[in-house]
Amino acid sequence: MTVPLSWYLIFATALFSLGFFGVLSRRNAVAVLMGVELMLNAVNVNLVAFWRYLTPTDLSGQIFVVFVFTVAAAEAAVGLALMISIYRTRKTINIDEINDLQH
Amino acid sequence: MVGQILFIFIAVVTLLMALGVVVARNLFHAALFLIGVFFGIAALFILLEAEFLAMAQIIIYIGAIATLIVFAIMLSKGMMGRESGAYNKQWYFAGGAMVFFFGLVSWLLVKMPFKTISAQVPNDAIQQIGSGFVGHYVVPFEVASVLLLVALVGAIMLARERNS
Amino acid sequence: MDLRALGESFIAMLENMGIPEGWVLLINWVLGALAVLVVALLLAIFLIWYERKIAGRVQDRLGPNRVGPWGLIQPFADALKLLTKEDITPDKADRITYNLAPIIAVFHILMLFLVIPFADKVVGANINVGVLFLMAFGALGTLAMLMAGWSSRNKYALLGGFRVVAQLLSYEIPVGLAMLTVVMLRGSMNLNTIAQGQGGVFGLGWYVWILPAVFVLYFVAALAEGERAPFDLLEAESEIVAGYNIEYSAMKFAWFYLAFFLNTWVLSAVAVTLFFGGWQGPFAAQLPILGVFYFFLKVFIMFFVFAWVRATFPRLRIDQMMSFCWKALVPMGLALFLAVAIVLKLGLPSAATNALLFIVNVVILFATLKLLGNYTKDLSHNKNKRLFAPELPRL
Repeated sequence: MTVPLSWYLIFATALFSLGFFGVLSRRNAVAVLMGVELMLNAVNVNLVAFWRYLTPTDLSGQIFVVFVFTVAAAEAAVGLALMISIYRTRKTINIDEINDLQH
Repeated sequence: MVGQILFIFIAVVTLLMALGVVVARNLFHAALFLIGVFFGIAALFILLEAEFLAMAQIIIYIGAIATLIVFAIMLSKGMMGRESGAYNKQWYFAGGAMVFFFGLVSWLLVKMPFKTISAQVPNDAIQQIGSGFVGHYVVPFEVASVLLLVALVGAIMLARERNS
Repeated sequence: MDLRALGESFIAMLENMGIPEGWVLLINWVLGALAVLVVALLLAIFLIWYERKIAGRVQDRLGPNRVGPWGLIQPFADALKLLTKEDITPDKADRITYNLAPIIAVFHILMLFLVIPFADKVVGANINVGVLFLMAFGALGTLAMLMAGWSSRNKYALLGGFRVVAQLLSYEIPVGLAMLTVVMLRGSMNLNTIAQGQGGVFGLGWYVWILPAVFVLYFVAALAEGERAPFDLLEAESEIVAGYNIEYSAMKFAWFYLAFFLNTWVLSAVAVTLFFGGWQGPFAAQLPILGVFYFFLKVFIMFFVFAWVRATFPRLRIDQMMSFCWKALVPMGLALFLAVAIVLKLGLPSAATNALLFIVNVVILFATLKLLGNYTKDLSHNKNKRLFAPELPRL
């Protein structure tokens, strides 16, 4: 317990920011998805750190992390299925080329 | 002391891997870096004495999600995306937003006084998590399982080939 | 001789020599890791000889018999040959990934040695999430083969990589369901605790007598997880040459070979721990060193069955294999899981619970076999229709 709580929080913030950058700046949809995964993982680190340092006897923090896992798995499955489906019809998954609704 | 050194080591390596995820041009390499990040976070969970979550992290994120991503990359050659630039036109704006966000949130976090308590993790933590799922959190748990089922069916319907 | 006491006396000896406590711990860890490594490597070399000998006998041959007594030194000669071969990396290969893949392939198996109880409390790490640990690090094998398949820049390797994901990911589900059922029965994910719960004279407390169908499920799925013959589609040499490891030569190939044998050994060890009492045996409680002996004896018998199956059965087709997993093994595992959960919740006395569990298991096993048999018979009239063909509704 020698590591201060703020270290974990700053680490999670940095991870979240990197994921955020990835989501906003990458052109490839799979890379965007990876950025989202980074952000979800940062949230998980925060949840577990808060659980360990603020309420170690109440396991709710860990239970929430499992819910995040579930959502992440569902998101990855549907997201990748969408990409494969789009790739089949458009032969690209670059986000800025998939802009049919703009025209 | 040992804990601090371990934390710094794991944190630095994980952040470098995360940087690799967002800058690697080759998507397969980005996916491998992502797996490294997942590993680092599992190690942090062990440092935080959440062994169950660490193992679940490896099973779900590395065993399932990362493998799925790698599989999707391998399925379509064009997804490698080497020929086109990795970033879109707004990347400098995104970088600025990232730095701003990081600065703001970490400033707030350092200023914020959290009341930490140092208590031992209960020995039957895994049993408590289990009874939490079927006790207090039973409704979210069921909703999550329905979500997974819907996602499963939806993913199959989306990804399968239609020969009409 | 108590193995625990041996370890403790060793620690005490180091402390008496005036080495600070932290260093003693470090020395202990390094020595433990080295011991596991050496045992694993020697084991692998012996296993290669063992499997080749069994395959030879099954196929009415002698097996290795030239180098050393009964051909025992043959694996060493093979290793030497592999070491002196030229180490080739394809020109277009992705170098880092290509070289990392065999390392991960061996590393993840060695990690699994950590949680296997060789005797009472003789475990590398006696953690409470042992079964989850097995699942977690077992899944890394998929990753190693995927990396090997992708980085080789070879279409057969890539096809092998696809098959790896499809097969190993699918068959992890029945393996996990079988493990979960045992965990539910014992109420613990600690492998040592699971082994401790299977006492009793003449192995009457073994879980295989209570959950026979779960063991069958585990065994069949483990055959696929270990890439063994009816399910060795990953490296089906008649279809995709050698699968993911086609471009690997010399020592890097040897690492995959090593991982393959150690993987089967670990799968047998887990089968023994979950279903055959682990280190339990006559007088094992009094004399822990006997536990090590019983454990290895059981694991080698189990390994024999794996090798026997491999040497006997022909290979399935890839679509048959996938359908078999999703349409037979997974429903069977779910039914077993549900049935065992309901029986355990009835709150009967333990003897009645065990009897009922046995009956439920036998019923589910025979129902599965009957349904499978009917399905096969139905389609066998029509030669053109593929067996277990995927039948998705058309949109």
